Amino acid sequence: MKQSKWKSIPFLLPSLLGMVVLSLLPIAIAIVLSFTDWNGLDKLNLTTIRNEFVGFKNYISILGSAEFWQVLGHTVYYIVLYLPLAMLASMGIALLLNKGRKGTAFFRVIYYIPVLTSWVAASLIWKWVLSSKYGIINNLLALVGITGPAWLSSPVWAMPGIVLASVWKDMGFYGLFLLSGLTAINTTYYEAAKVDGAGKLTMFFKITLPLVTPTLFFCLIMSLINAFQLFPQVQIMTEGGPNGATRVVVERIYTYGFSYFKMGFASAYSWLLFLIIFILTLVQFKLQNGWVHYES
Amino acid sequence: MNHKGKKIIDVAGFYLVSALMTIIVLIPFFWMLSTSLKSKGALMALPIQWIPEEPGLKAYQQVFERFPFVRAMFNSVGISVFYTAITILSASMAAFAFAKLAVPCKKVLFSLYIATMMIPTQVTLIPLFVIMNRLELVDTYGSVILPAVFRAFAVFLLVQNMKSIPNDFMEAAQMDGAKLGYIYWRIIMPLSTPAIASLSITTFMESWNDYLWPLVMLSDKKKMTLTLALNSLNGQYTTDYNVLMAGSLISMIPIILVYTAASGKMKNGLMAGGIKQ
Repeated sequence: MKQSKWKSIPFLLPSLLGMVVLSLLPIAIAIVLSFTDWNGLDKLNLTTIRNEFVGFKNYISILGSAEFWQVLGHTVYYIVLYLPLAMLASMGIALLLNKGRKGTAFFRVIYYIPVLTSWVAASLIWKWVLSSKYGIINNLLALVGITGPAWLSSPVWAMPGIVLASVWKDMGFYGLFLLSGLTAINTTYYEAAKVDGAGKLTMFFKITLPLVTPTLFFCLIMSLINAFQLFPQVQIMTEGGPNGATRVVVERIYTYGFSYFKMGFASAYSWLLFLIIFILTLVQFKLQNGWVHYES
Repeated sequence: MNHKGKKIIDVAGFYLVSALMTIIVLIPFFWMLSTSLKSKGALMALPIQWIPEEPGLKAYQQVFERFPFVRAMFNSVGISVFYTAITILSASMAAFAFAKLAVPCKKVLFSLYIATMMIPTQVTLIPLFVIMNRLELVDTYGSVILPAVFRAFAVFLLVQNMKSIPNDFMEAAQMDGAKLGYIYWRIIMPLSTPAIASLSITTFMESWNDYLWPLVMLSDKKKMTLTLALNSLNGQYTTDYNVLMAGSLISMIPIILVYTAASGKMKNGLMAGGIKQ
């Protein structure tokens, strides 16, 4: 459309101002802070920054600390348990809903209720569901003769407990997402396969799975990014415990920043988080050629 | 096996698995409901009472006695409504400019938007706190709502959508002498209804369920959102699960109502927004 370049400025102005004040400026401050040991209390100005400048000390001490690597280890533990479970469960949901049988609308709503529940409520519910003596899970397990673990109060079982809660909460979200991928598959493929006498399993592995890989790829990227930003469920269910067994990156950033007021240290932590997410996403994009099929 | 037999097994299998999945999803909610109807003594009874032996609403009463929960509900509604409205308004205006107008340094600006999407919110958490502090907005509703002005993802989503709207409509209107403001509000916005509807729902949900940012910003009990109210109940009465479960249940009702109402609307919106090309 023909118009002077400058006539578009009023439409962009709120958003641009917002970007400068709420995103670019904070990013710049975050970079500067990560090189200081600012305590959050001294008035933040150039003199303070000059006086409290520490160079790469924060980064070096984080990377050199055993804690950082433990925290990363916990996140990896979470991901190894969470990803396969969440993807299987949401794929199951998507396949069920894709059949289009009677009752689909009802099941769709049911599976989405956990997604609508806030993490605070969901975490409180699961904390009680996983209670070792009075929780419903261990009592259900007892019915079939299994003695359930102590879940959140056991260093070994606390993370699997958090994983269960997370899979339960997220599977509807990724399920509906995958469903949209499934419904987009051209039905002529199935018809052709049927004519050739292909069985159900063959059709699933040769048609459905390859053609849904772009959506699956997107779900993987999103869930990996989210996994590294794990926070409310940990904060409410275990507060990083027992004995630090469920400490994760964002929980550390929050604790260092707002409990210990080591704002510079926490900022450096957050940039390392960014680096990890950034590199992982890049790697995934590079790897996608190996397994993601785009219809040409 | 004959064809009919196969079909019956297929149908039965579908409902069996769906029912199993439904049970898995609902068990925690069942436990929440059951617990919220118990007295404190019944919580720790062994063997556990699957269904409360003496059900009562005492826990619900306590939720409102121990915390200004009604107030928190109004805070959550108000914050989420404003947050969503501002997101939609600011993002749709910017998206209109990017998708349909000539903008100085368009490519550079738009790449900047995309780039900011890669920075996790945790990075800007502390600096944003500092900025809000300088603006004297800490512990105000404004501090929780203001970030809605810039949501790169919302802009990106709407740009993608508005690009698919044919230019003919606008050019015809422009020939008739319509101002850009008119074109934005009367042509582009109505034609983007489906995208705006789904963006509104997800934005509302995000704001409603947000935890970390309000936690950092709000400390006055009177200003707290529902998620913070629950969190604060949890901090004070960690073992009173009947009260915590009652609070959780109350906090879920509004968002479920909004979602069901809005998803009905969204279907209508999809039809209304359908344009012939």
